[in-house]
Amino acid sequence: MIEVTGITKRYGETVAVDDLSFVVKPGQITGFLGPNGAGKSTTMRMIMGLDMPDAGETKVNGIPYPGLAWPLREVGALLEANAIHPGRSARNHLLQLAQTNDIPQSRVDEVLDVVGLSSVANKRAGTFSLGMGQRLGIAAALLGDPSVLLFDEPINGLDPEGIRWVRNLLKGLGREGRTVFVSSHLMSEMALTADHLVVIGRGRLIAEMPVAEFIAQSSQQFVRVRTPQAELFKEAMSSSGATVVREEDGALSVAGVSADVIGDIAFEQRLTLHELSPQMASLEEAFMELTQDSVDYRGEGGFSADPNLVHNNDPVHAGTKVSTR
Amino acid sequence: MTLITSTIPAPEAPQYRPSGVMKSEWTKIRSVRSTTWTILVTVVLTIGIGVIATATEANRWAHATPGDKLSFDPTSVSLTGLLLGQLAIGILGVLAISAEYGTGTIRSSLAAIPNRKMFLAAKAGVFAAVALVVGEVVSFGAFFIGQMLISGGAPHATLGQSGVLGAVAGGGLYLAVLGLLALGLGTIIRHTAGAIAAFVGVLLILPLLTPALPQSFQNAIGKFEPANIGSAMVTVNPHVTHGSITTFSPWVGMAVLAGYAAIALAVGGYRMVRRDA
Repeated sequence: MIEVTGITKRYGETVAVDDLSFVVKPGQITGFLGPNGAGKSTTMRMIMGLDMPDAGETKVNGIPYPGLAWPLREVGALLEANAIHPGRSARNHLLQLAQTNDIPQSRVDEVLDVVGLSSVANKRAGTFSLGMGQRLGIAAALLGDPSVLLFDEPINGLDPEGIRWVRNLLKGLGREGRTVFVSSHLMSEMALTADHLVVIGRGRLIAEMPVAEFIAQSSQQFVRVRTPQAELFKEAMSSSGATVVREEDGALSVAGVSADVIGDIAFEQRLTLHELSPQMASLEEAFMELTQDSVDYRGEGGFSADPNLVHNNDPVHAGTKVSTR
Repeated sequence: MTLITSTIPAPEAPQYRPSGVMKSEWTKIRSVRSTTWTILVTVVLTIGIGVIATATEANRWAHATPGDKLSFDPTSVSLTGLLLGQLAIGILGVLAISAEYGTGTIRSSLAAIPNRKMFLAAKAGVFAAVALVVGEVVSFGAFFIGQMLISGGAPHATLGQSGVLGAVAGGGLYLAVLGLLALGLGTIIRHTAGAIAAFVGVLLILPLLTPALPQSFQNAIGKFEPANIGSAMVTVNPHVTHGSITTFSPWVGMAVLAGYAAIALAVGGYRMVRRDA
């Protein structure tokens, strides 16, 4: 259980996190969603007791983080990829962490095995790929067999196989009854992994609800219609309360009524239809729309200038966060 | 699905404790190459320069003036290399903390040990132990090898002579305390290059500026410089002069030096506790 209550964090004039409150419950995966720069990493660092909020407080299992008796046995975290001394071996990196919390050395080999790094355990971490560094970070998070886990953008830098592996791992952790809190800037990834969502933009809470509810609420449904009798069709639909918009390619999009109703009306009015297809706006679009006003940095002409960018759901090519700290 | 849950035995203590943190710090310091390299350089510089200095002085003995002969101090000559060894051990001290900030491991360290004072104290304690062992080994090593090279009539020192054991042991202690000063500077500055620059500045650049001061200030300030404290610590022969400076006695000087390290570590610790990681 993670409780965040009214936290605010300022860096000079900039308000990174603004009076943010939410609860992360055990036994499910909670996605922490927001555009880059929304304050996700800052919030996670405050939960971990690394950064001090200017106002408000955070608790893990009912206790402020610095008060935990054995922090690694209660909370595991992957905060940034490759925060590893490049000259230290994977095994020694984990060993020095284990020793701080009286975790036996045998557990080090166990988690190395879980993340599939046993064969390179004695190699210096500087020789690792981004994906291997990410796995080592996950191994560190699992070290103390903690009931609460935080992962900041865990799929950054992973190949599709690695992404699937992380997804399954997170789900497994959730099934075991743990509290799993995962940040991402990709709605599509969260739709596949998370059960619950905390959405923020510019440091403020935008939504906190089950994923299914978020999808139902924010997905716009409309029906695409092509007809040679566009004007007559518009007239016929106006009485049904639907809104009809002409698309650039000449097709019409009809919102407010189902495809069945449209078909019935067209039949009654003896109108020819060449296409009648229900459409659903992508989750990514819904997310974009929701956070549109809260995106700090956007290219000229707005987010949707390049449709390929908007629809790019491929997490592999998603931007890797560059730390400026 | 791979096995994630395991049976980790429950801890014996009620909460995380200094002994575990010190074990962790020992693992950290022994598991990176920079430790091996900086220690190796400390050994080579301290003993190597000591050997060269001693051999040169001993060769000159036959032609030395009576004044030179009077102020010849075989102990301090054999420990000349400490002047360079202190730089290498200082780099080790800076890296012990600046590498954590540089690589970002400081966050995983402080997540594991939220008590930042305990973290820094354990780090300083383990580093001090390593630096003291290295310091004593190089100091005694340089002394013994140096004395063996003295021949041709020049007097050589033995540990049994008055003040010699203290001077040689003090040389090792001097290295360890300077290393802690460097660790403190690293904690304050957080950047490797910046902290090393500050350390070198204090040790080598400040003494170059002192002669520009009026005579009365030179003595007042010069006696507080680490290099002068160090050279007084390893000097046995009372006829040796340190320029125009009246130095502190060895153990007072040691206390002053320890005070510098304590202040740097306290300021660094204060910043660490107060600032975001």
